[in-house]
Amino acid sequence: MDSALIPKGVRRCPLGHFVLFLAVVGAVLLWGVFAMVLCWIKGLNQTNMNDYYGFALWIWADLAVIALGGGAFFTGFLRYIIGKDELKNIINYAVLIGFICYSSALLILAIDIGQPLRGWFIFWHANVHSMLTEVAFCLSCYFAVLTIEYIPLILENRQADKVPFFHNLSHNMHEIMAVFAATGAFLSFFHQGSLGGVTGVLFGRPFGFREGVFIWPWTFFLFTWSAAACGPCFTILVTKITEAVTKKKLVKDNVIELLAKISGWMLLTYFVAKTIDTWYWASVTAPSMGFFLSDFYTGNPLYGWWILVTEIVVCGLVPALILITERGRKNKTSLVVAVVLASIGVSLNRWVMVLQVMAVPVMSFDNWAMYFPSWQEIATTILPVAYGIILIGISHRYLPIFPQEKELNPVD
Amino acid sequence: MFPFIFEWIWDMSHIVFMGGLWYALNIIGIGMTYCIIKAVVDTYQGKGGHHHDEACECGCDNHH
Amino acid sequence: MKKEHEHKAKKYGMVIDLDKCTGCGACMVACMAENNVPFRADETDKLLSITWMRVYKLTNAMPFPKTEICYLPRPCMHCEGSHGHSPCVSVCPATATDYSEATGIVSQIYTRCFGCRYCMAACPYHARYFNWWDPVWPEGMEKYLSPNVSPRMRGIVEKCSFCFHRYQLAMEKAHYEGRHGLEEDEYQTSCTQACPAGAITFGDLNNPHHAVYKLKKSENAFRLLERLGTNPKVYYTSSRKWVRQAGDNYLRDEKDNVIDKSKFRN
Repeated sequence: MDSALIPKGVRRCPLGHFVLFLAVVGAVLLWGVFAMVLCWIKGLNQTNMNDYYGFALWIWADLAVIALGGGAFFTGFLRYIIGKDELKNIINYAVLIGFICYSSALLILAIDIGQPLRGWFIFWHANVHSMLTEVAFCLSCYFAVLTIEYIPLILENRQADKVPFFHNLSHNMHEIMAVFAATGAFLSFFHQGSLGGVTGVLFGRPFGFREGVFIWPWTFFLFTWSAAACGPCFTILVTKITEAVTKKKLVKDNVIELLAKISGWMLLTYFVAKTIDTWYWASVTAPSMGFFLSDFYTGNPLYGWWILVTEIVVCGLVPALILITERGRKNKTSLVVAVVLASIGVSLNRWVMVLQVMAVPVMSFDNWAMYFPSWQEIATTILPVAYGIILIGISHRYLPIFPQEKELNPVD
Repeated sequence: MFPFIFEWIWDMSHIVFMGGLWYALNIIGIGMTYCIIKAVVDTYQGKGGHHHDEACECGCDNHH
Repeated sequence: MKKEHEHKAKKYGMVIDLDKCTGCGACMVACMAENNVPFRADETDKLLSITWMRVYKLTNAMPFPKTEICYLPRPCMHCEGSHGHSPCVSVCPATATDYSEATGIVSQIYTRCFGCRYCMAACPYHARYFNWWDPVWPEGMEKYLSPNVSPRMRGIVEKCSFCFHRYQLAMEKAHYEGRHGLEEDEYQTSCTQACPAGAITFGDLNNPHHAVYKLKKSENAFRLLERLGTNPKVYYTSSRKWVRQAGDNYLRDEKDNVIDKSKFRN
C-alpha cells in the first residue's frame, strides 16, 4: 500500500507488520506523553526530585543522550573535515541518531525546568558566565544544524524527490554540507565540553569540581573527548541493532571497522586522560578541600569503588583495547561487546557526574542522600527512546538512509 | 542575547560568547538562505525534474 | 570615621554564637512568617520543606556522659566567593540571582528564575529551595501575609534574602530623612530579632561600629566550608573545638584538626 514511498530496489516488511510495530512502540510513547503532560500540568512534584536532588534522572538523560548522539558531530567531522570518505555510508544514520538524541535532550529539558514557559529566558537574559547558557545556545544551534543535515534525507524520499524544488534544495544542501558540518563540529566541541563544565565549575561540590585551563575545567575537555569516542560506538551499536531487527546487512564491515578503530584510539587516549584527571583530583584537588577519595566512595548504600572501576576500566580500557586491535574489531561479538561497554561507560560517567555529585555530603554534619526516580520521571525518560525507535523505523522504511543497502541486499 | 537587553555589558566575555553564537547563527542562516534561493532559481531554470537519468552529482543515490 | 563608612560598600553578614543557640527554632518560624515562606500540611520530608533558615543538630558522637549537642542555624551564607563569584550566582543561566556589590547580598529574582535548579546543585549549604508546589495557605492566612514580600509560584527557586525588603524600607526612610547610611538597628533580619537567646548578631561586616565587625574577629569564629573558597558572610562562634571543627572537612593527617567526619552525621 505504501510501496510508492519506499525507496526503489530495497525490500521492506509488509505495511501491516510495520503498523503493528508502530502501535506497540507508540503505546510506550503515549505512556511517556501522559507522564510529560502530568509534569507540565501538575508541576515537578510529580517527580522524586527534592532539594538535595535538584539535578537527577532527567539531567543525566540529557547528558547521556548528548554524549551518545556525539556520533553525529564526530562522524561528520571525520567525513567532511578530515576527509574519511568511507564514512559517507554511515553518516546519514549518525545524523539521524544525533537528531533523535538532540531533539530528545531538548524535550527533556523542556520538562525538567520548573517554569517551561520561561524557558526562553535562558536566551534572552543570558548569563554568559554560566555553563548552562553555553549548553543551551550551542545545543539549540547544533540541533538546527542536525535538522539541516536531516532535511535532505527527507527530501530524498522517492515521492518528495519528484518535486523539482525539493530535489534542488536537497542537492544544494548536500553541496554545502561541509560548511554545516564544520559549524556543527565547532558547536559540538563547545556544548559537549560545557556539559562537562556544568559540574566541573561547581567549586562548592568537591566531588564534581575540577581545576582547568582559563575558564574551562578539565571535565570540559573530558566530556568532549568521551563523546567523540563513545558517540560513534553508539552509532555502531544502533546500526548493529537495526541490522539484527531488519535481518539485513546495511553497512559494509570496512566502514564499521574504520569508525570502530578511530573510536578505539579516542577511547584509549580518553582513558589515559581520565585516569590522570582522576589521580590529580584524588590526590590534589579533593584533599585541598578536606576530602579523601574514600569519602566519596564509602558510607553509602550505592556509590562504592565499583562505580569508579566499572566506569574507567571495564567500560573504558576494555572496549578501547578491543577496538584498537584488528581481531577485536573484526569479531562481531567482541565488536558489539566493546560498543555496548563504551556506551554504558559514557552513560555511567554522566550519571556519576550528576547523581553522585548530588549524593555526596559536603557539610561535615550532612548525610548522603539517595534517590530513586518516580514513574513519571522514568516514563518521560523512556519517551525519547520510543520516539527514537519510531523515527528510525519510519526513516529506514521510507528514506535512503543506508547508501549500501541495495548493493548488500540485491532484490531479485 | 542582544545589546539592548539590560544585562548586556560591553565586556570581553559578552563579545566572545555572543560573537561565537552570532557567527554560528549567521553561517546557518546564510547557508540555508543560499540553498533555498538557489533551489528556487534552479527550479525556474528547469533543473531537478525527475525525467533525467544521469546520476545526481550530490551523491544521493536514489535519483531516478 | 563614621562618614567614611557611609560611602564605603556595605557587606551585610551575621555572626551566630552557637554556644547561645538552644535550638528552639524561633528563627525558623520568624523567617517563615516574615518572608511568606510556603508550607504544606505534611512537612515530614525535610528534603521537600522550604526552610530559608534551618537549624541543624550536631553531636560530638561521644558516649554518655561526654555527649554534647550543638544547634547550628543555617541561613543563606550570601557567599562572596572571590570578587562576587559566589557558587550560585555565576552558574545561573538567566541572571536570576545576583551578587550586590553595594550590600553583599545575594538576591533571587523570582520572576526571572525559570527553575533549572543549577544554583541548588551549586550550593554546598543546601540554602536554596525549589517550589515543588504552588503555595497554599490555610484559609484566612493569606490575610496575614507580609505585603512587603512577594509570594513565590511553583517551579522556581527561593532562598534567604537577609530580609532584603527590610533593607529597602530602611533605606527609603533614610532617603526621606536625607540620610545616606543606616544605623545598625535600622536594618535587622527577622531571625536576629526573634532569637530569644540573642545568639544571632547582624550588621555590616565592613563597619567597625557594628557589633559583627568585632565578633567575626573572635578567635572562636569560623565559617562553614571555608576551604571551598565560597567566602560566606555568615560567621559562627563557639568555644567548643569540636563544633568549630565540624564547620569544615579535614583530612585525617591534618594534625590540629583531626576529626572523624562520620561522627558528626546524624
